[in-house]
Amino acid sequence: MIKQLSVFIENKEGRLKKAIDILSMANINIRALSIADTSKFGILRLIVQDLSKAKKILEENNFLVKETDVLAVEIPDEPTGLNKILNMLDKSKINLEYLYAFVGSKNNQAIVIIRVENIEEGLKALNNGDANILSQKDIETF
Amino acid sequence: MIWNEKYECMDNKSKKELQVRRLQNIVKFAYDNVPFYRRHFDEIGVKVDDIQELKDIEKLPFTTKTNLRETYPFSMFAVDDDEIIEIHTSSGTTGKPTVSGYTEKDINIWAEIIARAIVMVGGGSKDIIQNCYGYGLFTGGFGVHHGGRKVGATVIPISAGNTKRQIEVMVDFKSTILTCTPSYALYLSEFLEKEGFTSKDINLKAGLFGAEMWTEEMRKELESRLNIDALNIYGLTEIMGPGVAQECLIKDGLHISEDHFYPEIIDPDTLEVLEDGEKGELVLTTLTREGMPIIRFRTKDLTSLNREKCECGRTTVRMSRITGRTDDMLKIRGVMIFPSQIEKALLKIDGLTPNYHIIVTRDGILDEVEVEVEATSELFSDEVKVLEELENRIANHIHKEIGLRVNITLAEPNILPRSEGKAVRVTDKRNFN
Repeated sequence: MIKQLSVFIENKEGRLKKAIDILSMANINIRALSIADTSKFGILRLIVQDLSKAKKILEENNFLVKETDVLAVEIPDEPTGLNKILNMLDKSKINLEYLYAFVGSKNNQAIVIIRVENIEEGLKALNNGDANILSQKDIETF
Repeated sequence: MIWNEKYECMDNKSKKELQVRRLQNIVKFAYDNVPFYRRHFDEIGVKVDDIQELKDIEKLPFTTKTNLRETYPFSMFAVDDDEIIEIHTSSGTTGKPTVSGYTEKDINIWAEIIARAIVMVGGGSKDIIQNCYGYGLFTGGFGVHHGGRKVGATVIPISAGNTKRQIEVMVDFKSTILTCTPSYALYLSEFLEKEGFTSKDINLKAGLFGAEMWTEEMRKELESRLNIDALNIYGLTEIMGPGVAQECLIKDGLHISEDHFYPEIIDPDTLEVLEDGEKGELVLTTLTREGMPIIRFRTKDLTSLNREKCECGRTTVRMSRITGRTDDMLKIRGVMIFPSQIEKALLKIDGLTPNYHIIVTRDGILDEVEVEVEATSELFSDEVKVLEELENRIANHIHKEIGLRVNITLAEPNILPRSEGKAVRVTDKRNFN
């Protein structure tokens, strides 16, 4: 289980860029990100190296930030990689809220960030399926 | 404590006698010294001698903001220029500003009514007043300043703006009374929190908040955030400035200084004078002003009058909190709506702040209302559906409360306009031409 930062982005020009600018200026490396957008607002979801520093600097700049628990799973970067993980969750009837993936710097490995309705259940299902679940530390050095 | 028992606790009979006498004097004074009034009265054939009792005031014509603009800058003055010792103006956001001229006696009266206001909220010579009303042409700063000096309090003339400094002064100087707009008070309380202070670090006991409309819900918010009594002060440049009326600690209406101002409530459409308790437009007449006597000024502020004796002991008539202005009343799809109604509805939802911005547009023939409200960390969720549900919940709540369908847009915290003067609550983008 790892921590993800969720940032509220108002539907106004330049707000996303402002958030990214702030992180870049504070020298915070973004490991992965995804954006959920609606016609009225967006939610920027971030996996960063220095979570508490990133949170602090964003809040100081008036952004609404929330830490969210998500699952990070390492999968082989191949056609069946994601499918296997989703099957594990499906079998245990775990509801998926959202997921996003990125390719790691290690050879042939990808990482999936998964948000499920019930994180404990999700963790159990992935453990039972023998998935390679990553810790906060793993992510930061990945 | 009552600053001036003689005039604040008068029995009804002597008060009426005083008012009739002063009304007769001011009408004659205005007629004799201000060409505008001479013309105005002559046009409808009303004579100074027609004023025999208070009710006779209804024979006199109204004075409007437009009249004051037409006489810009000094034509409403009733005395020689060298007797005018101070000048203030309205902000002039809707056109030429209106000018207000004061003689020395007028300034003393102004100080007197503010002194009453300060004592009414529990203040006195030992108090330290942090006066964040703007010093300048705006009446707020100097009005409070004159009155604060009169009661012998310590006035910090910090004026508006520079919030960081305001906090520093509030904490270090141990200010006990805060004077500013309610929206700025809210901003100050947020800033305090942000700087790591709580209400325990400050010494405030009361706030005199005015110059914009606010609600009972906003009062609760300010009182709990700052641990104070948040009280309403009312006034307007054309009549004098702040202090025309002030709320006492009973918090049930604002006491009008009736020995200096005569209030009436009219129906803004028929212009007929309404009964006590009925809501309508406030009309004010200055009873003692020398520099610029004003007869039956249409304030555009909506309120009602209550003549019952107040628990605080004062007998002066009380006006209810201003609930709207005849000119910021929004007509949405034919329904009359005031921004304060939306504010009230928003504050009933936990986690929402009273910071909002109403945008009215017209798509074809249909009015659309968008209300921007600030998301707070309490309400923010990582999930889109939760936030969309929140928007719907707020919209439904407003619909239930005031019968109007609006679209809610969540905004980032602290970015809606917080002005140091009057908060901008409404942007009407409809084109009525």
